[in-house]
Amino acid sequence: MQFAVIVFPGSNCDHDCYHAVAHVLGQPAKFVWHKERDLGGAEVIIVPGGFSYGDYLRAGAISRFSPVMKSVADHAAAGRPVIGICNGFQILTEAGLLPGALHRNTSLRFICKDVYVRCMTSRTPFTTEILPGETLRLPIAHGEGNYFCDAETFAEMEENDQIVFRYCDAEGTPSPEANPNGSLGHIAGICNTGGNVLGLMPHPERASEAALGGDDGLRLFQSTLSVTVS
Amino acid sequence: MNGQIKEAATNLQIALDHGIAEDEWERILSALGREPTPTELGIFSAMWNEHCSYKSSRVHLKKFPTSGPRVLQGPGENAGVVDIGDGLAVAFKMESHNHPSFIEPYQGAATGVGGILRDIFTMGARPVALMDSLRFGAPDHERTRYLVGGVVAGIAGYGNCIGVPTVGGETGFHPCYNGNILVNVMCAGLMKSDAIFRGTASGAGNPVIYVGAPTGRDGIHGASMASAGFDETASEKRPTVQVGDPFREKLLLEACLELMKKDAVIGIQDMGAAGLTSSAVEMAGRAGTGLILRLDDVPSREEGMTPYEFMLSESQERMLLVAGRGREGEVREIFERWDLPMAVVGEVTDDGRLRVESGGKSFVNLAVDILTDEAPMYKRPMKAERALPATDPLETLPSAEDLGPALLALLGHPGGGDKSPIWEQYDYMVRTNTLTSPGGDAALIRVKNTAKALAMTTDGNARYCMLDPHRGGMLAVAEAARNLSASGALPLAMTNCLNFGNPERPAVMAQFSGAIEGMTEACNALKVPVVSGNVSFYNETHGVDIYPTPIVGMVGLIEDAAKRTGTGFTREGDVIAILYPADEAPLPSAGAHEYVWVLAGREGGAPPSISLHSEAAVQTVCREAIGSGLLSSAHDLSDGGLGIALAESCLASPGSGLGGEVKIPDGEGRPDGHLFGEAASRILVSLAPESSEKLRDLAENNDVGYQEIGRTAEGHLRVESPDGRPYFELPMKDLLAAWKGALGGLL
Repeated sequence: MQFAVIVFPGSNCDHDCYHAVAHVLGQPAKFVWHKERDLGGAEVIIVPGGFSYGDYLRAGAISRFSPVMKSVADHAAAGRPVIGICNGFQILTEAGLLPGALHRNTSLRFICKDVYVRCMTSRTPFTTEILPGETLRLPIAHGEGNYFCDAETFAEMEENDQIVFRYCDAEGTPSPEANPNGSLGHIAGICNTGGNVLGLMPHPERASEAALGGDDGLRLFQSTLSVTVS
Repeated sequence: MNGQIKEAATNLQIALDHGIAEDEWERILSALGREPTPTELGIFSAMWNEHCSYKSSRVHLKKFPTSGPRVLQGPGENAGVVDIGDGLAVAFKMESHNHPSFIEPYQGAATGVGGILRDIFTMGARPVALMDSLRFGAPDHERTRYLVGGVVAGIAGYGNCIGVPTVGGETGFHPCYNGNILVNVMCAGLMKSDAIFRGTASGAGNPVIYVGAPTGRDGIHGASMASAGFDETASEKRPTVQVGDPFREKLLLEACLELMKKDAVIGIQDMGAAGLTSSAVEMAGRAGTGLILRLDDVPSREEGMTPYEFMLSESQERMLLVAGRGREGEVREIFERWDLPMAVVGEVTDDGRLRVESGGKSFVNLAVDILTDEAPMYKRPMKAERALPATDPLETLPSAEDLGPALLALLGHPGGGDKSPIWEQYDYMVRTNTLTSPGGDAALIRVKNTAKALAMTTDGNARYCMLDPHRGGMLAVAEAARNLSASGALPLAMTNCLNFGNPERPAVMAQFSGAIEGMTEACNALKVPVVSGNVSFYNETHGVDIYPTPIVGMVGLIEDAAKRTGTGFTREGDVIAILYPADEAPLPSAGAHEYVWVLAGREGGAPPSISLHSEAAVQTVCREAIGSGLLSSAHDLSDGGLGIALAESCLASPGSGLGGEVKIPDGEGRPDGHLFGEAASRILVSLAPESSEKLRDLAENNDVGYQEIGRTAEGHLRVESPDGRPYFELPMKDLLAAWKGALGGLL
């Protein structure tokens, strides 16, 4: 499976994503600079975390105008897998590839720690190998992860099975105490109606090796290997 | 000699206003044979101030050992570089940003991070870890909460954005910092050992190139500010604090590292304190060359800036580099791709002079030597003074039967409690190399594509240095090394931030000299050379100096990252034991400094005694035991002695669930002095019972004592006197609650 990691000015998890898919998972991977338009035949697109354009103006607000985003949108429209992680999630919402927006954490602070998330659906290419109801331990590192959308959109997302991960306790129960940033419905990750575009705040690439304290995150990248990309 | 200069005249009063002393002014006049131009005077004030010239400290700093088989670059460059094998090296340095952080905590701390990062990637290294050593005033001082919040947010704001993990550090509180906090930032970077870049401007005719952010009027005289004390007018200096742009620095970092893969760069240096002035002067000084700078070509973000302002601006995220002639195009291509300004602003000359031109006129024409090698150097007078009582204040406290409340008080004190409300604001995981979360003895970073890990720690105990600067200096180095050894790492080399008061006071210089001598002794005994460092004087407010606070930043190496330990107990039923110097008691009577301070607010007596020979032996045994897989955990004894070390090993166990049942070995003195005494050279370990024979043998063979004191147990910590009387028994949930709440009021 050919992976492409998009690099914006200010991306800083690009190398971590590359390391996880290329060195840990052993798949072909390459970086694509944001000024390029050619994704070079990549089957899975990773929009990595970081502070693209310094998060100036608003997280992800400038990056969505980068030339590469047109190609990412085309890739998504063709039903192919796209994953946006942390700042990548923020960029995908700004670009309109995912609904809603990410506000500042209710604590108004950046938070870096491990959290638990409950997988809600196996329908995305990144969760095919994860059963609904399974709990994963993943790190978060963000100041603006407080997911929000209007009530109508939220109802539609529930209806369409678009909520992919919810923050939960170690036993898998979503709760306000387990929610680190105040997100609506304890949302940690969502997908588009087609299910092929996933955005999430936790960092699966940081939980891809046991040596770093856990490898639950690797399962998201592994899941794509069983997907047939048309 | 220079009829073109058309600026206003200078005189003694203007020089004094620039912080130049009268005898220094005379020295300038006699060296130049004329009055300096205003721009030249500004340059003198920047290069001859304490921050850049080290004029009060140089004679003392020469004592440090600076070489060793692994040292590739010692002090004098932007950072020290140490070989770690496999063709790789680690570059590291620590710097202070105390004064700016007190005036404007967010930007002061943020630009401190930005500055130390540039020092590292200037050497050609990719920054892989940041650490911070912070000292604030009393927790209940009116300004402390504001300063803690601002400094932590500033460090987070810069480090998180640029994507370099902040992996550890330490935070302390003491009233001596009420009017002058300490913000010391350390950075380490990885590089190829044969690709070190240095700040040299060699090769007459080579282009001098400016890259990075355009120059503005911010930070003018920042280095001078860092070279004077504080009074109530400190807030007026707010405009001299620079504003950081971590996004721009991220671009600069990537562009510089990309450029360094080519052979176009001859020398490179960041524009830190004293901006364009110090980078130009130091690069020419190291190479023994001269420079012409044409200010009309320097990118600027404001109109009408004068040469004086250009030369003294401390705008952030800028670098000066010298490229090979004809290679300008390659430099331009890379920086344009990263959307960064790049301009050829001058060239290297062979006449040893710094010349600055603008609008066809000359504004500066100075010999480089007079700004560097011939800068003033002082042997300031020294006179040791004792400010704290010599008697042990423990005697003034009533002796308690139940020591549980005291333990909870120590754990619940901001200095001793859980610091996760601080470090959870830092991205400590980005780059996916972090092997331990912050809070342990040492931070551990794996080195990808090898089996190795780097260990890093920062340490310093101002109280010990106040009581006895010489021994305090020794203890700071010893404890830093012990922290590394307790995680399984061989200490390689160190950097430091020497935070002291006003060097013009003999008592301060005596502290400085004593601490350096003590540190030097420990460096020699433990074979840890000093490869970089920083001196911060004038940490005083209203004429009152801070306690002498030398902070040690040390880097160690674990050859096989799988062979490491953490501070936390890992398994129920493990043996708990102490490694200690064999010719001493396992737990001798020693000052219970932190205990007396937290309970009674008193200080005095003497720091713990230390035999460096024994210290080295204890550390060797600990490292070998970890390397042989004998230990489950290791944690050095420091503030709060055995009591706190035990509690911390329990709290760092999985889910903070493992406690222990411990009997204090025989010893003299009061129970509280025994439990909280801060004897040096001791490491608390836990191990499987079947490993205890092997560890005992290993210790004996190395003249190290091994004393078993108990077993780990589920859910509670109980400590008994040598005759079986309970000192306390506390459920883990009580320890956890006290510890977790320690910073509650401050963040």
